[in-house]
Amino acid sequence: MDTFAQIVVLTLAAGTPLVFAALGELIVEKSGVLNLGVEGMMLVGAIASFIVAAKTGAPWLGLCAGALAAAALSLIFAVIALTLRANQVATGLALSLFGIGLSAFVGRPYMSVVIEGIRPLAVRGITDFPVFGKLIFGHNPLVYVSIALFIVVHAFLYRTRAGLVLRAVGEAPQSARAIGYPVMTIRYAAVLFGGACAGVGGAFLAVAYTPSWVEGMTAGRGWIALALVVFATWKPWRVMLGAYLFGSVTLAQFQAQAAGIELPSQLLATLPYLATIIVLAAISRDETAIRLNAPASLGKTYHPE
Amino acid sequence: MADSFPAGSAVTAAPVPRLALRGITKRYPGVLANDHVDLDVSPGEIHAVLGENGAGKSTLMKVIYGVVRPDAGTIRWEGAPVRVRSPARARRLGIGMVFQHFSLFETLTVEDNIRLALDTSSASGLPQRIRDVSARYGLTLDPARHVHTMSVGERQRVEIVRCLLQNPRLLIMDEPTSVLTPQAVLRLFDTLRTLAGEGCSILYISHKLDEIRALCHRATVLRAGRVTGECDPRLETSASLARMMIGGNLPHPVHRTAHAGAPALIVESLDVRTDDPFGTTLRSISFEVRAGEIVGIAGVSGNGQKELLAALSGERTLARDSAVTLCGTPVGTRDAFARRRLGLAFIPEDRLGHGAVPEMSLADNALLTARGGALVSHGFIRASAVRACASRTITAFGVKASGPDAAARSLSGGNLQKYIVGREIGQHPKVLIAAQPTWGVDVGASTQIRQALIDLRDRGVAVLVISEELDELVEICDRLAVIAQGRLSPAKPIRETSAEEIGLLMAGAAPSGDKVVS
Amino acid sequence: MNARLELRAQPSRVAMWAAPVLAALATLLVGFIVFEAFGLDPVAAFTAFFIEPVATRYGIAELLLKASPLMLIATGLAIGYRANVWNIGAEGQLTLGALAGGAVALALGDAGWPAALLLPAMFVAGALGGMLWAAIPAFLRTRFHANEILTSLMLVYVATLLLSWLVHGPWRDPEGYNFPQSKLFTANALLPSLIPDTRLNVGFLVALAVVALAWLFVNRHIVGFEMRVSGLAPAAARYAGISARRSIWLGMLAGGACAGLAGVGEAAGPIGQLVPSMSPGYGFAAIIVAFVGRLHPAGIALASLLMSLLYLGGESAQMHLALPSAVTGLFQGTLLFFLLAADVLVNFRPRIARAARAQ
Repeated sequence: MDTFAQIVVLTLAAGTPLVFAALGELIVEKSGVLNLGVEGMMLVGAIASFIVAAKTGAPWLGLCAGALAAAALSLIFAVIALTLRANQVATGLALSLFGIGLSAFVGRPYMSVVIEGIRPLAVRGITDFPVFGKLIFGHNPLVYVSIALFIVVHAFLYRTRAGLVLRAVGEAPQSARAIGYPVMTIRYAAVLFGGACAGVGGAFLAVAYTPSWVEGMTAGRGWIALALVVFATWKPWRVMLGAYLFGSVTLAQFQAQAAGIELPSQLLATLPYLATIIVLAAISRDETAIRLNAPASLGKTYHPE
Repeated sequence: MADSFPAGSAVTAAPVPRLALRGITKRYPGVLANDHVDLDVSPGEIHAVLGENGAGKSTLMKVIYGVVRPDAGTIRWEGAPVRVRSPARARRLGIGMVFQHFSLFETLTVEDNIRLALDTSSASGLPQRIRDVSARYGLTLDPARHVHTMSVGERQRVEIVRCLLQNPRLLIMDEPTSVLTPQAVLRLFDTLRTLAGEGCSILYISHKLDEIRALCHRATVLRAGRVTGECDPRLETSASLARMMIGGNLPHPVHRTAHAGAPALIVESLDVRTDDPFGTTLRSISFEVRAGEIVGIAGVSGNGQKELLAALSGERTLARDSAVTLCGTPVGTRDAFARRRLGLAFIPEDRLGHGAVPEMSLADNALLTARGGALVSHGFIRASAVRACASRTITAFGVKASGPDAAARSLSGGNLQKYIVGREIGQHPKVLIAAQPTWGVDVGASTQIRQALIDLRDRGVAVLVISEELDELVEICDRLAVIAQGRLSPAKPIRETSAEEIGLLMAGAAPSGDKVVS
Repeated sequence: MNARLELRAQPSRVAMWAAPVLAALATLLVGFIVFEAFGLDPVAAFTAFFIEPVATRYGIAELLLKASPLMLIATGLAIGYRANVWNIGAEGQLTLGALAGGAVALALGDAGWPAALLLPAMFVAGALGGMLWAAIPAFLRTRFHANEILTSLMLVYVATLLLSWLVHGPWRDPEGYNFPQSKLFTANALLPSLIPDTRLNVGFLVALAVVALAWLFVNRHIVGFEMRVSGLAPAAARYAGISARRSIWLGMLAGGACAGLAGVGEAAGPIGQLVPSMSPGYGFAAIIVAFVGRLHPAGIALASLLMSLLYLGGESAQMHLALPSAVTGLFQGTLLFFLLAADVLVNFRPRIARAARAQ
C-alpha cells in the first residue's frame, strides 16, 4: 500500500509542471490568444530560477525569479503578436525557439551545479502515518500550490465578473470592445499570467523536481501542455485530469520495469509523446465539442478600429 | 408595409435639444466618412438618419457612442458640451446603442450577456429585471437561454433589452429591420413609439424609405458624408426622400417579360443535417429554376440559407446524387469545381475571404473560378491570358480599379462586387446563384448588378437569388419562395404573392421563431 | 500622442523586402550588445563571429555546405506554410530520412552497387522516409482535425529516440568500441565532393535543383496557386473547389520529402554514418529561414546563407571567444522575432495622431 502512496506522490509530482503550464495557457487561450511559446517560457523559467537559487541559496526566491523571467519573455510575445498584429502561431514558435536558445546560452556554466531544492514535505509524525500520511502530506509544497492554482483559476473563470469578461473577450473581441472593454489590456494581462505560470512550471523542474539544470530539460512538456489544453476542451478540471494522466505515462518506464517488461529505455521514453498524439487526435475528432468549447477568436489577429 | 402615421403626441421641438452635433468630421484613409455633419435630436423624437450604404451613417453613430473619436466637431448633450471618449461614457450619459451586427456572445446566456454591459453596481436581481423590462415593452425573453440557440429576431431583443435596462435617454438603432419579418417590424415600431412617448429620443438609422416615412418624426439625410437634407418624412414621398438620398431618382431596372424554358436547376428532397452547433438543418427542400427565369428565396438570416447555398454550390457535397440536378446531370455528390465545369456559377455573400482572396490581385482572383479552361495549359498558368481576362471584366462592368494587378481588398465594396459578378457572368454559366448580390453596395452599383442579372435571365440563363432584402427580390424575381427553419415554401409567381403572406412564411411556425400575433 | 496602425489598401512590396534586412540589422545590433555584455570587444567579436568563418575558401565551402540542408528544408516547408499547413516537425522528418537512406547505405553498401545507383537509391529512400514521417500529421489532420503543429512536433521527439535506440542497439557498429554509432558508410554511399579539399558536396546541387523546381511549382503551376489560395482564404478555396485535404497532404509531404533529402545529405555527406544527433537543429532553423526568406525561393536562398553564417559564427565563437555554442540558437530566435516585428510594416502603416482635439 505504501507503494501505492508512493506512486500517487510521484504521479502528482510528474504532472505538476504540466498543471502550471497548462492552466496558464488555458487562461491565455480563453482570452482568444494562442501562445505556442510555452516550451521556451518554461525553459527560461527553469534556468532563471536555477541561477537565482544557486546564487542566493533560496530556492523559493528562484521560483519567483523564474516566474518573472518567463513573464518578461511573454511580454515580447504580447508586443509582437498583439500590438504589432503579427501572426500568433509564428510569434509563439519564435518565442519557443528563442527561449530554448536563450536558456541554453545562459545556462551553460550551470550544467553541473548542485543546489538545495524544494523538497517534498516530510513532517515528522504526520507524513509517516501509514498510507494516508504520505498520500496527503507527503507531496512537494509546489504540488499543493498547483492545486490551489486550479481552484483559483476555476473560481475566477466561472464565479467572478472578471472571468466572465475574459471569456467574452475570447469569444468575440469586437463585441467586447463595442461594449467598452479594453481588449488589448485584458489580453496582455492574460499572456503575462500564462507566462508566469509556465515559468513556475519550468522552475518546478529545476529547483524542486530534479533539482538541476540540463539543457532542454523540459523535453517537450511545454508542447504537451498545449495539447493538454485542447484535450481538456478548455475546462480547468480536465486540465488537471490530463496532466496527472500524463504524469503517470511519464512514470511508465519505472512501472514497466516493476512489471518486468523488458523494453529499451528509449522506446519507453516515447510513450508520453505517442500518448499526446493519440489523445489529441481522439479529442479533435469531435468537431462539435471543439466548436462549442474553443474560444471563438482563438489565434485570430485582433484589429481594434 | 405599414403606412399609418406614428401614434403619440405631436413632437414639439424642445428649446434645448437632447443631442446636438455641430461640424462632426471623421476621416479614414482614402475616404471622408463624415464631413461637417450637424444634427439635432429632441426629447421624445424619433429621428431618422437616412442614406445609402457608405454615406457615413454608421460612422456618425460610432462617434456619438464613443467607439470612434471625431477629427473635428462638437457634441452637446442636453445643452452642455461633452466628450464621449468611450462606450462606457456614452452609457453613463444615457446613450444606448443597438448595433446592426450584434455585439453578443453566443456561448453565454442572455443574463450574462446583459450583465457584461451593465456597471457592476447595477447588476443585482438581474433575471427579474430582465423579465420586467421585456414584458413592459413586449420583447419576450428568457434570461437563462444561451444566445446561440436564439433566432436573429430574438437576439435583437436581447440587444434592445440590454440597452433599456440602463434607462437610456437616447437610443440609437442601426439598421434594425434588416433581420426582421414584416410583422416583427411592426412590433418593433410599437416598442419604439412607446419609448418615444416616455420621452426617450431615438436615432433610427436606415435606408428603407417606407419605414422611415411610417415611423419617424424627423429625418436627416446623408450623402457621401455630408448632410444633404432635413425634413419631416411624414410629409415626404419615397421619391422625394430618394432624391435627397442619392441626388436623383431611384433607378429601376428594365424588365422584359420572361420566357421560361426547361428546368436547369432541380433540387429534390434535399436533406442536410448540419454538424455546426450554430447551424440549421435543411428538411426536404425541393424547387426548380428554369432557364430564362429568376427565382428568389426570401428569408430572415439564420434559417438555412448558408447551408442551402453550400449544398447547391458544391462547397458541401451530398450523399445522394439526385438531390441536385444541373442541366439534366445529377451532381449532388460532386464538388464545386465539377459543378462549375457543368455550367454553374456562384456569387457568395461575403466578398472578401469567400468570393475573392483579399490579398491577391484581381487577375489572380479571376483564376480562382476560371481555372478549368483557356487560362491553364498542361497544369501551368498562362499569366498573360489571365490578366487579359481580368481586364475584360474590369472594362465590361466599369469596375473602378487601378488595373488587373490591384489587390482585391483595395477596391470598394461596390466595385469588388461588380468584379465578382462580372467574373461569374463572364464564364457563360447556364445556372447562376447569387447570395445577397447587392448587400453593402452603393445604389449605382446595385442597379447595375440587378440589371446584369435581368439581362442574364433574358439570355436564357437560370438565375437563383437568395436574399434578405425583400424589396430587391420583388423588384427582379419572377417567382418567389421563402425559407424558414430549414424548410422551403413553394415558389409562387411574384404577382400572386403579397408582403403579408411572405412575412407570415418568413416567421415560420416552429416555437423558436417569432410568434405571430394576429 | 496616439500611435495607431492603419491597414494598407495594398500590401507594401517595399516593406516585404526591407523587413528581413531590417531584422538582420537589428539582430546584429543585439549581437553587439551581447558581446559587450560578455566583456568582449564588440568589433573583434563581430569579426570573429561573422567575418572570419568565411574568409577562406574552405570557409565559403562550409557556408554553402551548411546552407544546403537549410535551403532544401525551408523550400519544402514554405510550400506548406503558404497553404497554412504548419509543419514544425522537419527535424524529425530529417532524422527519418537519414535513417531510411542510411539503412539503404548500410544494407547495400557492401553489395557492390556503383555510387551512381546507390546514391539516388538512398535519396529516394530518404525522401520516402521523410514523407512517411510527415504523412502521420497529415493523416491526423485530415482525418481527425488534429493540430499538425503539435503532432509533427511530438514526432520529432519520437524520431530522435528511435534513432538513439537504433545506434545504441541493433545498428551499432560492432567494431565501434561501444560508441553509439553505426558502421561508417562505404565509399560508394558517400556524396562526391564538389570543391577539392573542402567538404562541399553534390548535395548542394540537389538543394539548388529543388529550390528551382519548387519556384516553378508554386508560382507557375495551378496546383501551387491552389495551395496559396488555401492558405490565404480557406473559404475562397472551398468556393473555388480546391480540395483542402489535397493541400494539407501536399504541404506536409513536400516538407517531409525535402527534410528527408536533407537527412540523407547529412548522413552521406559530412557525417558519413548514423549517429545519435544527425543535425544541429536544421529542421528548426529552416523554419526561421522560410519566414525570413518570405517563403520565396530567392529569399530562402539568401536567408539560408545568413543562417548558415550564424551556425559557423557560433562554432567560431565557441573556439575563439569562449562563448557557448548556444549563442547560435539565441541569434536565430532573435532574428525571427525582429522579422515578425518588422513585418507589421508590410500590411500596416504607423500613424501618429495629433493630440489636439477640436472640442
